[in-house]
Amino acid sequence: MELLYALTLGVLTSCGIYLLLRARTFTVILGLTLLSHAVNLYLFASGRLATSAPAIVGFADHSADPLPQALVLTAIVIGFAMTAFVVVLALKAAVELRNDHVDGENPDEDRP
Amino acid sequence: MSLGLVILIPLLGACLTAWQREGTSRNLALMAALPAVLSLVLLLAWLPEVLAGVTQVQRLAWIPSLGLELSFRLDGLSWLFAMLIIGIGCLIVWYARYYFAGKPGAGRFFTLMLLFMAAMLGIVLSENLLFMLVFWELTSLVSFLLIGFNTDSQGARRGARMSLVITGGGGLMLLAGLVLLGQAVGSYQLTDVLAAGPMLRAHDHYGLILGLVLLGAFTKSAQFPFHLWLPHAMSAPTPVSAYLHSATMVKAGLFLMARLHPALADTELWFSLVTVTGMLTLMVGAFVAMFMHDMKGLLAYSTVSHLGLITLLLGLGTPMAMAAALFHLVCHALFKAPLFMMAGYVDQATGTRDMRKINGMWRFMPVLMGLSAIPAAAMAGLPLMSGYLSKKMLFSESLQLATPDWAVAVIPVWVTLAGLFSVAYSIRIFHNVYFNGKPIDLPIWPPREPRYAALAPIALLAMLSLVIGLMPAEAYRWLVHPAVLAARQTLLPQYEFDQLGAALPMAMSLVAMAGGLLFYAIRKPLFRLHARLPEVDAKEIFDWIMRWVIELSQRRVYQLENGSLQRYLMFLLVTAVILVGLELIRLPDWRGPLPLTAIDPLTAVAAAVLCLSAIGVALFHHYRLPALLLLGVTGLFVTLTFARFSAPDLALTQLSVEVMAVVIMMLALSFLPQQSPKESSGARFGRDLVIAGLVGAGIATLSFAILTRPYESIATFFLANSLPGGGGTNVVNVILVDFRGFDTLGEITVLGIAAVAVYAFTRDLHLKERVAGSSAGHWVAEPHPIMLSMVARLVLPIALLVSAYIFLRGHNMPGGGFIAGLITAVALTLQYMSGGLVWAQERMLTHFRPLIGGGVLIATATGLGSWLFGRPFLTSAFGHFDWPLVGEFELATAMLFDLGVYTTVVGATLLILANLGKLMTVSGPGKEVG
Repeated sequence: MELLYALTLGVLTSCGIYLLLRARTFTVILGLTLLSHAVNLYLFASGRLATSAPAIVGFADHSADPLPQALVLTAIVIGFAMTAFVVVLALKAAVELRNDHVDGENPDEDRP
Repeated sequence: MSLGLVILIPLLGACLTAWQREGTSRNLALMAALPAVLSLVLLLAWLPEVLAGVTQVQRLAWIPSLGLELSFRLDGLSWLFAMLIIGIGCLIVWYARYYFAGKPGAGRFFTLMLLFMAAMLGIVLSENLLFMLVFWELTSLVSFLLIGFNTDSQGARRGARMSLVITGGGGLMLLAGLVLLGQAVGSYQLTDVLAAGPMLRAHDHYGLILGLVLLGAFTKSAQFPFHLWLPHAMSAPTPVSAYLHSATMVKAGLFLMARLHPALADTELWFSLVTVTGMLTLMVGAFVAMFMHDMKGLLAYSTVSHLGLITLLLGLGTPMAMAAALFHLVCHALFKAPLFMMAGYVDQATGTRDMRKINGMWRFMPVLMGLSAIPAAAMAGLPLMSGYLSKKMLFSESLQLATPDWAVAVIPVWVTLAGLFSVAYSIRIFHNVYFNGKPIDLPIWPPREPRYAALAPIALLAMLSLVIGLMPAEAYRWLVHPAVLAARQTLLPQYEFDQLGAALPMAMSLVAMAGGLLFYAIRKPLFRLHARLPEVDAKEIFDWIMRWVIELSQRRVYQLENGSLQRYLMFLLVTAVILVGLELIRLPDWRGPLPLTAIDPLTAVAAAVLCLSAIGVALFHHYRLPALLLLGVTGLFVTLTFARFSAPDLALTQLSVEVMAVVIMMLALSFLPQQSPKESSGARFGRDLVIAGLVGAGIATLSFAILTRPYESIATFFLANSLPGGGGTNVVNVILVDFRGFDTLGEITVLGIAAVAVYAFTRDLHLKERVAGSSAGHWVAEPHPIMLSMVARLVLPIALLVSAYIFLRGHNMPGGGFIAGLITAVALTLQYMSGGLVWAQERMLTHFRPLIGGGVLIATATGLGSWLFGRPFLTSAFGHFDWPLVGEFELATAMLFDLGVYTTVVGATLLILANLGKLMTVSGPGKEVG
């Protein structure tokens, strides 16, 4: 299971990084979202994988590590807020600069 | 009495003059003189200790935990320099009072001058080397402002820039040298450094340390080939030149060499570096000064030459060379300052500094002539004057050398020749200005002598030169001897002035004088000869080097920082891959000792779907809507992953967030092009693929290594204390609202800030001019589906009930404020989507920003509430109550905190969504959303 988890994480990260390196804002946002999934799963994994053992007192005789879960929970919510912020940033850039390239100018246009 | 006061008083004075900068030059001079005189008196009060050879070190704790302290040191050497700095400073204030009479900028000058004085005092009085360096850099900065005082003159600006580049660059070298020195000694305190001389001279880095420290000293003291900045600094007002180039700025480098003498000197390397540099500077300065037609230019190059002379003496290493060096240093300060002042007066009276025009001034300024005869004679080294003795001391020391052979042979001749030049230029500036025929084409006619009161500083300094010349032994004993002892850190006898009567020094002196006279007599053919020499303008070379450096660094900067996000990310990721990769490779075994758990088919399938959907997003990212849908699939399977591995809270959160995130991105997509152009070249594509693959492989390896290794967790504490300490069985929630409640408070604040930022951004965003390629118009025209709106209205109360339930049970079962808030937000979002923004907004009972603020306030107030009970911030309390019909019921203050979280989450999420949604409507919902 650990190997499967690690491989899945690797695939998620790779896809996220690849998209992050593209030149259009929307694609970069897609990449960021994938990457934040990967980061959350990675942090979550630092508590190791537990099956049928939620961190609820008295639910089972052993219990998953609650600390990474608590950290990841807030990370998910803040990640959402950040996504929303980047989305608005991308919209604003697209409107004001009239293109959606990450550098604010299309590469075929003249560069100083 | 604190030594720090000596530095602090001029600093305070600078504040005073800065505050009163519009005053007349007379009032400002009084204001500036007051702190200077006060400091002088303080310094004089220490004379008995200094004469007794006591070294005082005062330490003021600053940040004791870091071992940082303000420490000051006063011994003979620092006392002598401080006296020169303040004493000459007082006279400069006097002089400047007349120089600036009726001119603008007096306030600025006095402020900067006091600041400069404080910085110089800081250099000489510091005990800590790094502390000294701070003052050292401060003098570079303030001198930049002083030299560039006439901001509208291009020459002044260039001169200031040049001095800053050279002395500032030297300061950086010095920083490196002093840090190395401090590391070698293990302390930055001068006391330790001076005691560590033998160890330092044997140290591996001795050569490097010495080279760097000397570069710092040479640049500051205008040694060849760094002397360039000094003549170009002459565009400054004359009081600045008189102060910086007689007693202060340029003496800082000499001070450093004298100060660090016990630590670094008396090696062959020191001898060759310092002596040879001094010799070159001495000769170059003297030679160029000879042929200068500009009064201040001549004085500037003569200063360069005298600085070279002192450096030469500091390098010699004979027992009494230090005595000669410091004695000459005092003499030079005393005769160069009045000569600069004189040049300033003549300049003001005639309107020019060109000595080909200024002739025969004795007729117009007899008193000035009489007064300046003395410093000019002292500079020439004529008998009875201070300079006569210091020059003979130089000659005598040059004869004391025993090794090396070249120096024994060359230096005596060399210094005699330089002495000859100095006689010639000293005669030139005096004879040329006051005699030598009649004035030619003076811009101001007739020249008028300045008022007697204005001449007083010159008179005082001239008198001092004379007194030292007449009573050298007394002057030496009172002023110089303690400094020599402090600089050498050994016991030395008094200097025997009688030995100067010996035949050889006398002969050398006579040769210099006669030769100088002869040289001056045949100056006209010599000038013609000199004019025919090919002109090497060092400034051109300097400018060329500066241009080259700037171009080079610009090219480098553009290569690194060309505005391309993709390139920055590439650098960042490659660095991360290399750094993490290096560590991973060193790992003996990627798989840890923990046994692997079995894979069940369902999980394997889910993982495959997760991978495929992520790869699908990457593959089809050109088609944005399908890619976004696939991203939603990825999010759902991440949710399942959380659920599979015992994290119900995370699964619930991720589920609701996923819905909102996809909705937001869909909204955004309606304004953006629907497809991404295929623009990456094959090479770029391959490069990115490799980087992405490497990062992914690194993360996979890393997480596998972590997952298969046992660890010590602090989770046991939380699990054990959750129920007794926090009153809840859902440990994740108890951590969020209780154990780590302060973190959560910070996090909801961040959430609120992000939402408000979105609100601020969208408020002024007008999407009327749509981005090319978007299809927003088409989407907006769709009517709201009737089925959806009917169902949504039915769902709302149920959803709210569910969220209340989730909220209430959160402390004990999966749920809590974050999740409940998100569920509420999703339910309300559904209303917006089905009924339209206007419809939903009209039915909202509150704005969203107050919700955010209120939520953060509730959470904070809950935390503060525990203060009322004398507990630390955010201590929670809980109790069990019996509620009729419902049964036992638990109430905890943490719940109140969670309510704050809930409110913030609802407010923030809806503020973001509603504002993005607002962009969809063509004219907006009529009133502001938020």
